[in-house]
Amino acid sequence: MAEIPFVTIFTVFVLAIFVGYHVVWNVTPALHTPLMAVTNAISGIIIVGAMLHTVQVGSGEELKLGLSTWLGALAVFLASINIFGGFLVTERMLEMFKKKKK
Amino acid sequence: MSQYADWFYLIAAILFILALRGLSSPLGARQGNLYGMIGMAISIVITYLMTPNAANFLLFGALIAGGAIGAYRAKTVEMTQMPETVAMMHSLVGLAAVLIAVAAIFHEGVQHDGIHRFELFLGCFIGAITFTASVVAYLKLAGKAGSKPLKGNWVKPLQAGLALVMIGFGTHYFITENITSFLAMTAVALVLGYFLIAPIGGGDMPVVVSMLNSYSGWAAAGIGFTLNNSVLIICGSLVGSSGAILSYIMCKAMNRSLLNVIFGGMGTGAEAGPAAGSGVQKNYKSGSPDDAAFLMSNADSVVIVPGYGLAVARAQHALQEFASLLAEKGVKVRYAIHPVAGRMPGHMNVLLAEAEVPYENVLEMEEINSDFATTDVVLIIGANDVVNPAAKNDPASPIYGMPILEANKARTILVVKRSMATGYAGLDNDLFYMDKSMMIFGDAKKVVEDMIKGLH
Repeated sequence: MAEIPFVTIFTVFVLAIFVGYHVVWNVTPALHTPLMAVTNAISGIIIVGAMLHTVQVGSGEELKLGLSTWLGALAVFLASINIFGGFLVTERMLEMFKKKKK
Repeated sequence: MSQYADWFYLIAAILFILALRGLSSPLGARQGNLYGMIGMAISIVITYLMTPNAANFLLFGALIAGGAIGAYRAKTVEMTQMPETVAMMHSLVGLAAVLIAVAAIFHEGVQHDGIHRFELFLGCFIGAITFTASVVAYLKLAGKAGSKPLKGNWVKPLQAGLALVMIGFGTHYFITENITSFLAMTAVALVLGYFLIAPIGGGDMPVVVSMLNSYSGWAAAGIGFTLNNSVLIICGSLVGSSGAILSYIMCKAMNRSLLNVIFGGMGTGAEAGPAAGSGVQKNYKSGSPDDAAFLMSNADSVVIVPGYGLAVARAQHALQEFASLLAEKGVKVRYAIHPVAGRMPGHMNVLLAEAEVPYENVLEMEEINSDFATTDVVLIIGANDVVNPAAKNDPASPIYGMPILEANKARTILVVKRSMATGYAGLDNDLFYMDKSMMIFGDAKKVVEDMIKGLH
């Protein structure tokens, strides 16, 4: 994975900011609170980084749980609070916006 | 598997963009949210499949425990508590970023080259600042810490000093790969996070929450760089720019610059000057809820301006009942929302939605301002500074230039308030003394309930 040139990944970063900028300006102000809640859930994607550390370290027969394994697991725990909490509370709020269509 | 992983991450990234895109209208929003969930599920499954020797018990235990807590919180949280809930969630992202960076440092058998060390430094210190800063914001919003800002001449030099020490340790780590320096850098960043938010007053928390939303995104992006992981970088950037835009919108609504909020200014109420026209006894009219109900039932159009005081008094459900009774009598009732009406962006809209106010009747400041001149009655509940005409007319006023709801142009103005006390900016409001204004004193919920009785 490490062979990707930095500029390639940086290009992704810059273009994603542009996409975010344009998409978010289109969000209706009435839904800014759900927007913050769902971005909280999306930040939970950091779980990907946490999972990659929640592995047994060492090699062959001597696989064991290292310090990084425990730190990774703790980060998985925190990120999943965000993921589940964020998406579900957004769902709950959006439900309120829907149901009063008379 | 891992050669295909990036393709799945691409699909997930597109789904996340669609999730945000859905929020452009309440109609497509729920479908968007579903896309977001699918994107997240894909990312987690793919990451699991490409992780060799996963510590399954720990991994799934953490996932299930975290998921259960998150789901429980999502189901039980009160809508008035959304700001502090969101602040708490920012802090979790920040702490997770720190843990991941530290785990990477301690991960056996992994070498970190120069650029990688720089990325770890960035991801870790942004995460650490986000963590403690959000905890302070959470405590202030939840009322568990005083909303008064930390003050003193020493605050700014201390912030600058901590920032320099942090960069110093970071640089030392970058050059020498010294793990102790990395941990010291992280510790200093944690302290710095506290001192960045402690000097900001409770009234400015809407901006702070948006800003920390942005930080949490940049922290995720920073971690994405350390892993060369595209979906992390894309999500981090989306969240980062979203938070930045929301901060900008909030600042504009308060006529403040972001720097002004971050480095202090008003926002405390304490140093606001004497009330305008002090010394002169000004006259105001007061009336009963019955009078108000009578006036509104005979009007053609009514605009309700709710402020946070409405939510504090838990009067939004009664207010909606009153509004629908008026509507049955043929009165055109609408709500006007100032961007800073709640305690976070869009907060008042959610509070009204919860009270089953149809969103078609809830208008933003730009949509409603031109209509006030043709409105018979405007009913202001729990709002003050956002309707203060001084923001438009009095260049000497501290809030001069702040965009307001032009309620003063309506034919009759009704103001529900506890007393003649000033608002958050500590300013008197000329609107209350106009000939066409009438004050109705009392608790918002009690007053609205009495107005409902007055309609029968």
